[in-house]
Amino acid sequence: MDFLLASLVDGLLIGSVYGLAAMGLTLIWGVMRVTNLAHGAFIALGMFGVYGLFNGGFNPYVGLFLVAGCGLLVGIGIYYVALHRVINAPQLSTLLATFAVNMIILGVGTTLFSTSPRTIDFSLGSFSLGPITVQNTRLLAALASGAITGVLYLFLYRTRPGKYIRAVSSNRAAAELMGISSTHILALSFGLGALLAATAGGLIATFFPFTILSGDTYQLKSFVIGVMGGLGNPFGALIGGLILGLLEGLIPVVMPTTWVPVIEFLLFVIILLVRPNGILGAKR
Amino acid sequence: MKAATEELRAAPTARQVQLARWTSPGFWLTVVAVALIGLWPLVTGDASLRETFFTALLSLALASSLNIILGFTGYVSFGHVVFFGLGGYVGMVALNQGVPLWGALPLGGLAAGVLAYGLGAAILRLRGSYFALATIGVNEALRAFVNNFPPFGGATGISLQFSVYKSYGGATNALWLAYGLLLTACVAVILLSYAVKTSKFGLGLMAIREDEDAAEVMGVVTPNAKTWAYVLSAIIPGIVGVIFFFKNGNIEPADAFRLQFSIETIVMVMLGGQGTVLGAVLGAVGYQRLRGFLLTYPPVKDLQLAIAGGLLLLIVLFIPAGIVGLIRRKVPALRKFLV
Repeated sequence: MDFLLASLVDGLLIGSVYGLAAMGLTLIWGVMRVTNLAHGAFIALGMFGVYGLFNGGFNPYVGLFLVAGCGLLVGIGIYYVALHRVINAPQLSTLLATFAVNMIILGVGTTLFSTSPRTIDFSLGSFSLGPITVQNTRLLAALASGAITGVLYLFLYRTRPGKYIRAVSSNRAAAELMGISSTHILALSFGLGALLAATAGGLIATFFPFTILSGDTYQLKSFVIGVMGGLGNPFGALIGGLILGLLEGLIPVVMPTTWVPVIEFLLFVIILLVRPNGILGAKR
Repeated sequence: MKAATEELRAAPTARQVQLARWTSPGFWLTVVAVALIGLWPLVTGDASLRETFFTALLSLALASSLNIILGFTGYVSFGHVVFFGLGGYVGMVALNQGVPLWGALPLGGLAAGVLAYGLGAAILRLRGSYFALATIGVNEALRAFVNNFPPFGGATGISLQFSVYKSYGGATNALWLAYGLLLTACVAVILLSYAVKTSKFGLGLMAIREDEDAAEVMGVVTPNAKTWAYVLSAIIPGIVGVIFFFKNGNIEPADAFRLQFSIETIVMVMLGGQGTVLGAVLGAVGYQRLRGFLLTYPPVKDLQLAIAGGLLLLIVLFIPAGIVGLIRRKVPALRKFLV
C-alpha cells in the first residue's frame, strides 16, 4: 500500500511535466493544424540548453528562463524558414517540413553532443511525508509546470496577443478580416509551442538522464497526452499528463513495467477512435 | 453537331482503353529498367553490389507499396513498417516450424493483409492528422506488445535455426536466393501499383484523395475502397518482411517496427513524386544512393542526417510534387513516359 501511494505521487509529479510538454504540441496543433514532428527535438534542445548552462555555472532554474526565451525565438525563426511557405498546403507537407527540421536538429545535435547519456549533477534533496519520499527536483518541476500553465492561461485569456491566438485558432479567415495579421500569430504560436517543449525538456533534465535522442520518447508521450486531453486544448493536456503519469505509476504495480507502453498506445488508438476530441472534449 | 458525333465515334472503347493501359511505353520502360539493373549482380556474381542493391530494392518495394495508400488515396501512414515487421515475424516462426520458404512468403503477406483489413476497418474512418497519429500509435503499440509476447521471443526476438538454410544450399546461396526473391517482389509491386493506378478502382482512390466527400457522392464506396487500398499496400511489405528477415537470420522488435523506417519511406515517396508509379521507384533508389554517398563521404559523414533533412525541407518547400511531378509539369512531352 505504501509502495502504491509512493508511485502514485511520483507518477502525478512527473505526469504534470509530461503535460507541460504536450501543451506545446497541442497548442501548435490547435492554432496551426500542424502535427509538429520536431517537438521531440525541441524537448531535447531544452534538455541540452539547461545542461550547457548548468555546466557554465548557472543554476538550472535560472537557466530555464534563458532556455525558454531561446526556445521562443528559435520556434519563431523555424516557422518563417520551414513552415510559412506550406502552412496552407496539404497536411503531408507540414508533417514532412517539421520532420525535416527534426532531422536537421538531431543530425547537428548528434554531431555536437554524440548520443552518450548525460545527467545534470544537481540535487535539492528530498523530503518525507509519512511513507512517501519525494525528491525536491520533481516537486519543483511539478510546481513549475502548474505555474507555467497558469501564466499561459492568463496570456491566452487576458492579453491581446493571447486573444489573437485564440481568434486565429477558432477561425483564421475571420481573424484576418478583423485585422489580425495571422502570419505573426502563427509564428508566435509556433514559438510558444517550442518554448513549452524546451521548458519541459529542461525540467525533465533536472531529474532524468537524457541523450540528444531522448526527445522522441517524450514526443510520443505528448501525442498520447494531447489526444487524451483533446488536441488543440492546452489545459486538457495538463489533465492528460496527470492521467498518463498515474498510469505509469500504477500499471507497474499490477503487471510488468514493459507492459506500460502497450497499454499507453492502445489507449491512445482507442481514444482517437472513440473520442477524437479527447476525454474532456465535446462529443462529436 | 457533326463534329460532336465524330468525336463520340472516335472515343476509345473500354477494350481499347484496357489495351492502352498495358502498352504504355513509360510503364514498360520502368519495369524493364528495374529488372535489368536488378539482374546485374546476379549475372556478374558481385556480392558487394548485391548488398547495395538489396537495400535499394527493399526501399523500392516499401515505397511503391506505401504509394498506394499515401500517393493514390492521400492517407499519410506512419505505420507502413508494421506490415513489414509482422510479415517478418510470421515468416520466421513458420520457417522455424519447418514450413518451406515458398509457404512462408504467402503466410507473411496474408498476415499483413489480414492485419491491414482489420486495422483499416477501424482507423481509416479517421482523416488527416488523426489517421497519421493513429498509425504511429498502432506501430508503437504493436512493437511494445511483441516485446512482451513470448511466442515471438519477447524483447530478444527470434533467430532462424541454421538448419533452415541447409535446404536452400547453405547460407551463401540463401543470400542470392533472397536477392532474387526481392527483385521478383519489386517487379510485382510495380505491376500492382500500375494496375491499381490505371484501374477504375484506382480512379476511385484518386477521387478520395482529391475530395473524399465528393467521391462518396459520385458513387465511390469510400470505406471499402480505402480498406482494400490499405490491404493491397500491406501485402507486399508482409512478403518482403519474410525475405528480409530470412536473409538477416534474426528478428527483434526494435528492427521490425522501426518508426524511422516508415518515415524514411514517406520521404522517398515525396522525393520521387507521390501518386506516380515511377516516382516511388526513383525516390527509393535516389534516397538510398544519396544516403550511401553521405555515409561514406568523410567531410559530411557525421552530418548525413542533417543534410538529408535539409534536402527534404527544400523538396517540401519548393518542389512538393517531387522529381517526377516537377518534370511532368515542366516538360509535357515526356508525360507519357512518366507513369
